[in-house]
Amino acid sequence: MLQFTRWKTIATLVVCLLGVLLTWPNFLSKERFERLPAFAQHKFGLGLDLRGGAHLLTTMDLDELRKDWVTNLQAEVRNKLREAKVPFTGLGVQAGAVIVNFASPELLDSGLKAVKSMAQTIGNGVTGNSGLDLDIKPAGPNQLTLSPTEPALNERATTAIGAAIEVIRKRLDPDGTKEVAVQRQGRDRILVQQPGIETEQELTVIRDKLRQAAKMTFHLVHPTMTSEEAKQTKVPAGYSLFPATDRGPAEELIETRPVLTGEQLKSASPAFDQRTNDPVIAFTFNSAGARIFGKISSENIGRRFAIVLDGKVISAPVFRSAILGGSGEISGNFTVQDVQQLSTLLQSGSLPAKLTIVEERVVGASLGQDSIEQGKRAGLIGLVGVAAFMIFAYGLFGVFAVVGAALHVVLVLALMSLLGSTMTLPGIAGVVLTIGMAVDANVLIYERIREELRNGKTPLSAIDAGFSRAYATIIDSQLTTFIAGLLMFALGSGPIKGFAVTLTLGIITTVFTAFTVTRMLASWWVQAQDRKMVPAPL
Amino acid sequence: MKFKGFDFFPHNTRWKIISWRYVFIGLSWALALAAAGLLYSRGLNYGVDFKGGTLIEVQTASGDLNIGQVRDKLGKLGLGDVQVQGIGKGNEALIRIGQQPDEKAQAAAAAKVKAALGDGVVIRRTESVGPTVSSELKRTGIYSVLAAIGGILVYVWFRFEWQFAVAGVLALVHDVFITTGMFSLLWYEFDLATVAALLTLAGYSINDTVVVFDRIRENMRKYKKMDLEQLLDLSINETLSRTVLTSSVTAVSVLALYLFGTEAIHGFSFAMLFGILIGTYSSIFVAAPLLLYFGVNRDTVQPSKDKATAKSVKA
Repeated sequence: MLQFTRWKTIATLVVCLLGVLLTWPNFLSKERFERLPAFAQHKFGLGLDLRGGAHLLTTMDLDELRKDWVTNLQAEVRNKLREAKVPFTGLGVQAGAVIVNFASPELLDSGLKAVKSMAQTIGNGVTGNSGLDLDIKPAGPNQLTLSPTEPALNERATTAIGAAIEVIRKRLDPDGTKEVAVQRQGRDRILVQQPGIETEQELTVIRDKLRQAAKMTFHLVHPTMTSEEAKQTKVPAGYSLFPATDRGPAEELIETRPVLTGEQLKSASPAFDQRTNDPVIAFTFNSAGARIFGKISSENIGRRFAIVLDGKVISAPVFRSAILGGSGEISGNFTVQDVQQLSTLLQSGSLPAKLTIVEERVVGASLGQDSIEQGKRAGLIGLVGVAAFMIFAYGLFGVFAVVGAALHVVLVLALMSLLGSTMTLPGIAGVVLTIGMAVDANVLIYERIREELRNGKTPLSAIDAGFSRAYATIIDSQLTTFIAGLLMFALGSGPIKGFAVTLTLGIITTVFTAFTVTRMLASWWVQAQDRKMVPAPL
Repeated sequence: MKFKGFDFFPHNTRWKIISWRYVFIGLSWALALAAAGLLYSRGLNYGVDFKGGTLIEVQTASGDLNIGQVRDKLGKLGLGDVQVQGIGKGNEALIRIGQQPDEKAQAAAAAKVKAALGDGVVIRRTESVGPTVSSELKRTGIYSVLAAIGGILVYVWFRFEWQFAVAGVLALVHDVFITTGMFSLLWYEFDLATVAALLTLAGYSINDTVVVFDRIRENMRKYKKMDLEQLLDLSINETLSRTVLTSSVTAVSVLALYLFGTEAIHGFSFAMLFGILIGTYSSIFVAAPLLLYFGVNRDTVQPSKDKATAKSVKA
């Protein structure tokens, strides 16, 4: 066991050297790091708790997605039934489903035939997960329900979250220079991390950008009926009352289904109205949007249309002529600041649904710097304390163990640099903790050697037995901690993840250094002795 | 070779731990019941991670922070439960704002507090957790501790016999539970970092126990005729120096964290430090005696000779 073959020695030394080389760039200044060749530019990241910055967890309102879908569905059903000339007695939305009432079971049958084609296949036919996106079925002799299926809703949620991530990235970091991290978490969450954010003002800007969906839609206003009339009598089918923020009535009666959405916008920029000099938003539709806008404006000259932003009518101008160029202006009691902010939001696209901030952690850069300093100090003191203990208890072999422990720290940092992991405050705690665990393995070996010596073995065979027999015990005892470390990944949240990274990597390097570095040093020591009378080392 | 280190821990001890098992197991029961009583009657001092609400760490630009004054100022805001706790060298404080009705109110409350504090203080850290996230974190926290215990149970069962697995895991649950009780007693903040410490503790506490179990198994093969009580005593005593020394070195590095680490990892390092102590105790005085109750089937522990040497599972 103490025979350390030449290639094993070389391999061990190479690993250690690589470890040092990989760790070293982390301690270079920024300029010197950038001068390194590309293959050497590995570095572990610093978590927001160490460099300072904001961590915001948002949740998307998936109910809103469902509501939007069902609203559109209702309008489509009305069109389908009219096209097929099937009369119905009622059409409404209840509990997230569209409900249609018919006068007789026969009419229900023909109605079912007319809307059946609306359900589309989703998912993957190969894996057998395919299904329909709509569940269309009779709910009684005269009633038909259409509701989105669970897999279809999940698919829409995934798409919506992907789209939202893109929009957030564009809003917070349009030039891609600020190292903003935006990622999905769980079913309906998006985590946003931006370094360098500290003050309440900076935070307010980010919160506003996350909270405002900037969902813009264009609807036709009811040609004759006013919102007051509608409230007194009955809101006509296909129309809804929307709150208004412009000068007009407090509410507008507009078609529930939009004729155009903000998705068809190509650009939006701040401008001034040429006559009144009021701040406005100048916009251009993309070609498809321009076509629809042209058609609708020419068919509805003299009628009002409403521009709705996040559920509120911001302006409801009249189509004076056909607008064929696909561009226009939105006015609506804006300040210059409003116009600037809104056009940036519209330019980056709208969020598919509202986001709520459910968790917010902000660390100032000065605290982060303090944490790094204190972490380094605790690590160094820990290492010195452990070194003193080991040398006191085991003399020269204690020194071997300390060399192993120091290399363990280097190798953990090297692995983190190679994987591009993030170092956090709990991560530093993990490194310090594993310094103690690293020498654990050596204590196990050395105590075994002493025991074998007491049992009358020769020093040489005692050393041999110590190293070889402790093997299984070390693996067994480290694996249990390893299991716990892996489970911390599953727990997933920021601080624990950072700790889990260094703990699990640390266990791997601990086992490596105990079995190679320390053993190699011990075997060198044995070889340096007179072969026939190796003294007891411990 | 002149200096071989001080072999200061006594060897060849023959402590009769098994005959005294009633005392130790009784003590453990007493501690566990005390922990259960504490957890039932006063519960845990949950941090914002689990309770929801906002935590703000502030520091004065210069001079000491007048905690009483800050408390008065913030008390007038009418935000319900607002706690101010001085930390560090007298120029820092932690401010905790209780859970507000919704996320918007939460952000508004934090902004109000920050405004009320004025320009004299620097805000170093803010953590704000909403009600949905906090209850979710609590749930995943509990699940992950249970999963860790389950994973370790399966691993030890796989490597040893079921009796070893059950005895080891009982000792580990004992350690985690009593440490949690300690958090209730001292009213230390219990947050995500504490859960991470409990998970590490679970892995570390069984670590020592496995070393003792390994020796018990080895001795079972060596002394086929020895009475089980005597054999357990022998194994515990033989591994005593190892158990105590390994724990001591780890305790040294955790002590460095406890004494020199930042406020944010204070609870974490305390949990680890206490956990190492109780884990060492349970490895020596609880886990092995428990084996006696489950009875070990010595036939299954003694696999055929060739298998035993092939595995070389002795240490």
